[in-house]
Amino acid sequence: MKITIDQEKCVGSGQCVLAASEVFDQREEDGVAVLLLQDPPEALHQDVRDAANICPALAIEVSE
Amino acid sequence: MTETFRETATYPMARGRCPFDPPPELGHLQENEPVSRVKLWDGSTPWLVTRYADLRAVLADPRVSADSRNAGYPHISAGLAARRQRAKSFINVDDPEHGAQRRLLTADFMVRKVEALRPKIQRIVDDLIDELLAGPKPVDLVQAFALPVPSLVICELLGVPYADHELFQRISKTLISRETPPDESVAALEELLAYLGDLVERKSSEPGDDLLSRLAVEQFRTGAMTREQIAAMGQLLLVAGHETTANMIALGTVALLENPGQLAELRETDDPRVIANAVEELLRYLTITHSGRRRVALADFELGGQLIRKGDGIIAAGEIANRDAEAFPGDPNTLDIHRKARHHVAFGYGVHQCLGQPLARVELQVVYSTLYRRIPTLALAEPVDRLDFKHDMLVYGVHRLPVTW
Repeated sequence: MKITIDQEKCVGSGQCVLAASEVFDQREEDGVAVLLLQDPPEALHQDVRDAANICPALAIEVSE
Repeated sequence: MTETFRETATYPMARGRCPFDPPPELGHLQENEPVSRVKLWDGSTPWLVTRYADLRAVLADPRVSADSRNAGYPHISAGLAARRQRAKSFINVDDPEHGAQRRLLTADFMVRKVEALRPKIQRIVDDLIDELLAGPKPVDLVQAFALPVPSLVICELLGVPYADHELFQRISKTLISRETPPDESVAALEELLAYLGDLVERKSSEPGDDLLSRLAVEQFRTGAMTREQIAAMGQLLLVAGHETTANMIALGTVALLENPGQLAELRETDDPRVIANAVEELLRYLTITHSGRRRVALADFELGGQLIRKGDGIIAAGEIANRDAEAFPGDPNTLDIHRKARHHVAFGYGVHQCLGQPLARVELQVVYSTLYRRIPTLALAEPVDRLDFKHDMLVYGVHRLPVTW
């Protein structure tokens, strides 16, 4: 699984953190999403897909 | 394109018998004519988008503008149209201006920061329940609990003295009514802006550890933002933070009392995931923002088989999109606290999706996991069909909620 975040697009809604807190976090200074795990274990894949699906800014891309 | 001979429906529409369900006519449109013209209070006929997939597509489309100054923008009421001439906040401007302003606030509402507020929110909720239990019954849960919870929380976060909460509740109520005449609406806004402007100057000379102080120091003192601009931002956060969460607390309580099996499960669980999921499902099921997300097309494009023209108004009706069986399989018209509902659009969608949603979630999780547990015999003091539902307000809920225990 390969995950990319477009930090320019991110609006800091926090949806990805709520969906997959092991994989996503937010930058202290502006709440923009950051990636904690480049290649998360399979057990987290569905959470990551959910995060990409609910991101309101379409800022998360997942390729498998 | 479909040709229709029926009369154009007026939006918003009247609800049917179930106070939790969106108007039946919206369900018909979703099924038969998912992108259709509707008539508004001013006679304009924007497009109404009712399906979940179409709603997400249109709210994420850069060819669609949230800027209320654009010709064709479908205003909710005469009062709001007048107010938006007076003070524009970032919810009604497009990127890059919107993004630049929003980013000044995103840090304050990020998940980790809001989680850190959870113990404080729990204390606020516990204290209010102590007062409730010590007071007379029946009592109006809206005034005694549902409004004070978000009031105390947002005042704390912004750094607004809680002593002034009556001012905010009065002004919020005026601003959020669909029926407030334009002059009263603008006057209420002026009063709030003047108060917040003064507060920004006070915070600038004597900053505290709060959001308005930070903006006063980093933006006002440096000349990056004017007192007016910060006040406009503050009024948006205050009004948005007051009414929405309060309505979810009160209306959510009515919905749970009407679904006692699910209320019992919620009361008995210790699993924070069950509570968090119940919050998402209640947000979906109730979709209290029942006035649609308002947009205007910046170009021609096709949506749901219709050709949208540049300058056409668009209303994305989340209240019915959240009942779309394509997105919420099973029976989307029932409340099911175990339903997979996190992808609902109760907070909107696209770059304007609610900034305060992590805060709203924590507030609701704390309330729903505490109130019914501490008052297990909580019951309506009036039959549900006698309750005064907020058909007249931008945000749905109940005006009063007499409860006993």
